Amino acid sequence: MSDFTLTRATPASRIAGIIALILLAILVAAPWWASSSFLHLAGEFAVYLALATLWNLLAGYTGLVSVGQQAYVGLGGYIAFSLALFLGVNPLLAVPLAGLAAAVIAIPVASLVFRLQGAYFAIGSWVIAEVFRLVAAQATSLGGGSGISLPVTVTKSLGGKWVREASIFWLALALGAGSLAFVYLLLRSRIGLALTAIRDSEVASSSLGIRINRVKHVLYILVAGLTAMIGGLISLQKLRVSPDASFSVNDWTAFVIFIVVIGGIGTIEGPIVGTVIYFLLREFLADYGTIYLLLLGTLAIVVMLVAPKGLWGYVQGRFGWSLFPVGYRIHFKD
Amino acid sequence: MSDGLRLTDVESFYGDFQALHGVSLALEPGQVLALIGANGAGKSTLLKSICGLASPERGRVEWNGRDITGWKGSATVALGIALVPEGRRLFKSLSVEENLVLGGQVGRKGPWTLKTIYELFPVLAEKRHQPSTSLSGGQQQMVSIGRALMSNPDLVLFDELSLGLAPIVIKDIYAQLPRITGQGMSAILVEQDVTRALGAASQFLCLAEGRVSLAGRPGEHSRDAISAAYFGT
Amino acid sequence: MDLVNIVLQGVLVGGLYALFAAGLSLIFGVMRLVNIAHGDLIVLAAYVAMEVVKLTGLHPLVSLIFVVPLMAAFGYALQRGILNRTLGGDLLPPLLVSFGLSVILQNGLLAVFTADSRKLDAGALETASVAFGGISIGILPALMFGAAVAVIAGLQFLFYRTALGRAFRATSDDAEIAELMGLDRAQVFGWAMALSLAVVAIAGVFLAIRSNFDPFMGPGRLIFGFEAVIIGGLGNLWGTLVGGVILGVGQGLGAAIDPGWQILAGHVAFLLILALKPRGLFPRIDG
Repeated sequence: MSDFTLTRATPASRIAGIIALILLAILVAAPWWASSSFLHLAGEFAVYLALATLWNLLAGYTGLVSVGQQAYVGLGGYIAFSLALFLGVNPLLAVPLAGLAAAVIAIPVASLVFRLQGAYFAIGSWVIAEVFRLVAAQATSLGGGSGISLPVTVTKSLGGKWVREASIFWLALALGAGSLAFVYLLLRSRIGLALTAIRDSEVASSSLGIRINRVKHVLYILVAGLTAMIGGLISLQKLRVSPDASFSVNDWTAFVIFIVVIGGIGTIEGPIVGTVIYFLLREFLADYGTIYLLLLGTLAIVVMLVAPKGLWGYVQGRFGWSLFPVGYRIHFKD
Repeated sequence: MSDGLRLTDVESFYGDFQALHGVSLALEPGQVLALIGANGAGKSTLLKSICGLASPERGRVEWNGRDITGWKGSATVALGIALVPEGRRLFKSLSVEENLVLGGQVGRKGPWTLKTIYELFPVLAEKRHQPSTSLSGGQQQMVSIGRALMSNPDLVLFDELSLGLAPIVIKDIYAQLPRITGQGMSAILVEQDVTRALGAASQFLCLAEGRVSLAGRPGEHSRDAISAAYFGT
Repeated sequence: MDLVNIVLQGVLVGGLYALFAAGLSLIFGVMRLVNIAHGDLIVLAAYVAMEVVKLTGLHPLVSLIFVVPLMAAFGYALQRGILNRTLGGDLLPPLLVSFGLSVILQNGLLAVFTADSRKLDAGALETASVAFGGISIGILPALMFGAAVAVIAGLQFLFYRTALGRAFRATSDDAEIAELMGLDRAQVFGWAMALSLAVVAIAGVFLAIRSNFDPFMGPGRLIFGFEAVIIGGLGNLWGTLVGGVILGVGQGLGAAIDPGWQILAGHVAFLLILALKPRGLFPRIDG
């Protein structure tokens, strides 16, 4: 038996890790050196990165393709607003609380929607989102069909303009980086190994004792909670909730799906790449709303047919790069 | 010889696994070839490479002088190649008769029609409108054979005829084999039961780990030689 | 009498929902594909009908002579050109590609026709009604229900008594062995999608006559069709009709309580059945 060592990191990932930490430090200091519009854009970036990373965890790793995550985005927004408006909770605190509440709500939802398989699960998740949206439209105390804006008193409770913008930005940064960290650590753990096994073969992994249904349930609920937190953040960024905007399929699902598909489904780096591409394209096509969606949709279809692993998947397959390594490498001492 | 089946150095894969490492054979019209070998030796893959369910990476498959390497199943059936699949694989949403009629969909002329199939296997006539899956194993095998015959093939590939069937049923089916192949039809018979296969064929081919380990006429080689070739020793 | 009327209207609109569902069910039965763009295709058919009517001046229902073959041809091309490439075991490609298609259709229709609400005029048919023992039955809703019954009966006949139906069933059972019978899978699937879109065409025209439509109505129709399929049970076309009726009646009862409750009540009925009878009322195959 020859001697060997096991490592997880690759040279590329070590460099990437250092760069990421430096980037994070720079971003944390952003409220002091960046403009309002940069903070706003960065906050948006963090939102899409987080949503994409979480959707990728469900679809690319757990095999749960949801077309209804907007249910939790809207739910998070509405619960956060309700907590702030009716219970006087500090809006920043309301966000994690909304996440918790949404996770609890997700428990019975999961047991319902898990009765459906495959593509029917996808549409079922959409139905749930529609139910949430229609219920929200019935809530007159929250503005009914037209929604409601955050009252000035609540906004002022967040502090002066600089403090307010900084806090919301930091919250966005925390959720964005946090979602990435959550997914990365999860996939490095035993649960991550179980997920890969399930993805490769449900039958085989089931015979090894992996409680597939339990794993899927837990992940669905966790992702629901995190997605709701992002929804709470979004409602703070926009200072407003409304049934159509908070539960929008286009904004919170279509774009997210396209981001992940184009960037690379089933890889951690994919959603990052995808979000970058999304924002780049948006810069150049900002004025052409409908064409933008048409282009994204077409691009996603082409990618799915020609290079189903997306841009990063292709790169990874070709060059073996991995910025977030989750596997082990064996180095034989020869 | 330009008529009949000829394989030259066929290499076929089953996913990433190479199942055939350069197999060659020649089968003249009207001959029955017994294809024997252990599980996983590549027998099924060989049949699939001929009828079009698998596409060889390298090598050539020729039928009656025509290169049919890589042709799809829907094309080879028009040329007179039919498969009786391992495990029957009847269409479970279809009745017995519908399975048979579908076999004749390709519309080749010949002696086999619904009437003559029912003469060959009378029990099927009684059960013609029943769902194919409600029949016994042996009867399902008859439907599978009938379905293949309905396309009036010139070459029939039998994949594990006796799998899962009671000995007496196997005996009955093999008793009908000469009647089936008697009309100038070629056949390849894949069987785990070596004795039965050799008894029904005029030549044989033994595969071991995707390679031809022994070939010839049944009487030419001793049981020991065949055993050794079978197990690859 | 009012309750009877509500239930009756619900039953009749259930026919429309069954029409939405029939095409969806057919495709799932033959190739295990759930087409997320299904609802948007119904809306597309409505717009195609609108253009045909504009061009020819025909009555909307008569325009079906053109709309049905147009949609069927489009379905065949769509299947052979794009959707066939996504089929092959993995769940993601067909789902994501059909989702992309849905977005493209919505925005394409928006770009061409604007977001304006449209409606097709069926003339006297829209208000005509027949009195029956104290209640009046609208001719158009009755026609819609009748069309649903006719379509489902027609599909059943096609599936179980024709060579094409036999080809569908065989390919659905075992596509590999069906190849050996001369059935080219790509072509069989193409015919199946063509048939599905022919049904979609009928659904689209009735949709266009019955209510206003705009480029974004697709997902809603998909969901109604999907709910009818799940309530009725997978693989059972007549069950789908029952599912549509239950949905329609549920919505009607909800609307009677409060107009804003209409669609929500339908979803609630669906979720209830999902909770109590997950495989639907009359299931024939497993998902």
